[in-house]
Amino acid sequence: MPAADEWAILAEGLVKRFGAVQALAGVDLRVPTGTVLGLLGPNGAGKTTAVRILATLLRPDAGTVRVTGLDAVRHPAAVRRVIGLSGQFAAIDAYLTGRENLTMVGRLSGLGRGGARRRAGELLEVFELTAAADRLAGGYSGGMRRRLDVAASLVSSPPVLFLDEPTTGLDPRGRAGLWQIVNGLTAQGCTVLLTTQYLEEADQLADAIVVMDSGRVIAAGTADQLKARVGGDRLELRATPDSDPAALVAVVADLGSGPPTVDGDSGTVLLPVADGPHVLAQALARVAAAELHLTNVALRRPSLDDVFLALTEADTDHAEAVESR
Amino acid sequence: MTVTTPSLHLDQDASTAAMTGLRCLASDVVVITGRNLRRLVRVPTLLAFATVQPVLFVLLWTYAFGGAVSPPGVEHYVDYLLPGIFVLAIAFGASQTGVAIADDLATGMIDRFRALPMSRSAVLAGRTLADAVRNLFVLLLMTGVGAAIGFRFHAGVPEAAAAIGLALLVGVAFSWINALLGLLVRDAESAGLAGLLPVIVLVFTSSTFVPVATMPDWLQAFANVNPVTATVDALRALTLGGPTSEPVWPALAWITALLAITVPAAVLRYRRTTAR
Repeated sequence: MPAADEWAILAEGLVKRFGAVQALAGVDLRVPTGTVLGLLGPNGAGKTTAVRILATLLRPDAGTVRVTGLDAVRHPAAVRRVIGLSGQFAAIDAYLTGRENLTMVGRLSGLGRGGARRRAGELLEVFELTAAADRLAGGYSGGMRRRLDVAASLVSSPPVLFLDEPTTGLDPRGRAGLWQIVNGLTAQGCTVLLTTQYLEEADQLADAIVVMDSGRVIAAGTADQLKARVGGDRLELRATPDSDPAALVAVVADLGSGPPTVDGDSGTVLLPVADGPHVLAQALARVAAAELHLTNVALRRPSLDDVFLALTEADTDHAEAVESR
Repeated sequence: MTVTTPSLHLDQDASTAAMTGLRCLASDVVVITGRNLRRLVRVPTLLAFATVQPVLFVLLWTYAFGGAVSPPGVEHYVDYLLPGIFVLAIAFGASQTGVAIADDLATGMIDRFRALPMSRSAVLAGRTLADAVRNLFVLLLMTGVGAAIGFRFHAGVPEAAAAIGLALLVGVAFSWINALLGLLVRDAESAGLAGLLPVIVLVFTSSTFVPVATMPDWLQAFANVNPVTATVDALRALTLGGPTSEPVWPALAWITALLAITVPAAVLRYRRTTAR
């Protein structure tokens, strides 16, 4: 584990309440320098509140925040010098051109007239906005606005970047482009915290993932660790439509790390397995010996979607169980 | 998008660190003022409101009331009216500031500004400074239209300049009041109404259109302590001639008091607010 000063972002025990709503109920976040943390969770999980606290926009009711070692509660001005923020909405001035938007942010970041102009030109090129640079941003498409917004968060070359649902409204190409940019930034030592509802995005980009629900962290780890938590691989065997799945279950049941289930509609037998490839070979041998016929065989790792649903469902069950006591 | 990655200059923060204190504030205010003036020129309806409305005020009130009202001591009603219309037009125009600030809050612009290493008061100060530039233009326009239908500065050039200056100061106070309203009300349409309602009440219960002496006693009592009366009377003293210090000091006192409350309150509110 890195020493305290090697964490680009270190938040401990964050609590925030808005009236009757407990937005954050004790959240810890640790992001090592040069890595990407994906903050994952359903709407209302507290992701945006957490980002706003880390980016000095909100003060936590309790807890500590350090960004590159700087105390965000006591020295917010110092923290603002090292962060970039792209919020949930594309915060750009519709009545300024794309270039003017970026130049304005540059000058407000202290780049000076010439520096701000140069940086704006550079970013417009990277985000493929050069052709539209001198048109009013109000006329941009949703994807262009989003790109301009993310570009604005990069104007001051911040070592720590907060991206709150950065690919919302982007088409697949724009999304892939943004992923490339984020990867390039971390290669240069930039630390990124991004919130997302796209599990694929967290899987692609994030070195570590934190899953939040109802203001709490319900799981944390790498994508692989999280998937392993939900269980290992899953063997899927589909018998021919006219055969009885029960026969198939009887043949393979004892190979699994847990009890098999049968998907009612398709008759597919789902078997959680610990050592996927080995079990697959054994299962196929037994099926052949029993002279059963299959229409499909698959060995699947749980997707992050499976993880996400399993974790948030478990959390909901837990909350309901607590409530009913 | 291209494969190029925007370059980071992680070690290059000297330019930011060098900008401190007042220089930072001044530079930030200039940038924000420029932003708001660009918007003013580029939003056709804003420009129309900023120009057509004050001109209409001058013409409508002069010709509608001019025949019926003849305040003592002035030959043409427009001489009496124009200082009042200055305040009315500026106060109406200032409601746009509340709308714009509420809008910046809703669209996340204020979140963006607040996450930048910029001066804490520059967004509001830049907005009110841009308003002052607009107001200077509006005042000169109204003076021009007024002059075409008989208005004259009777007290001399320094007093005329002082009148414009005082009107601009009144405008700054109205801008800060509306900036605070925009931050508190948060909804752009409500912010506009919240800015206009008190203005309508205060303007019609003041010496803006008619001398206070013509009002019923109970209304006179209110009109005499109305800040709009104080400022309009001061402006009149500076445009019509006569003793100026007696009416000007109360107006300056009102403006100072209003700014002393609204500026810190608005900046404090700004520092704590985020989009929802």
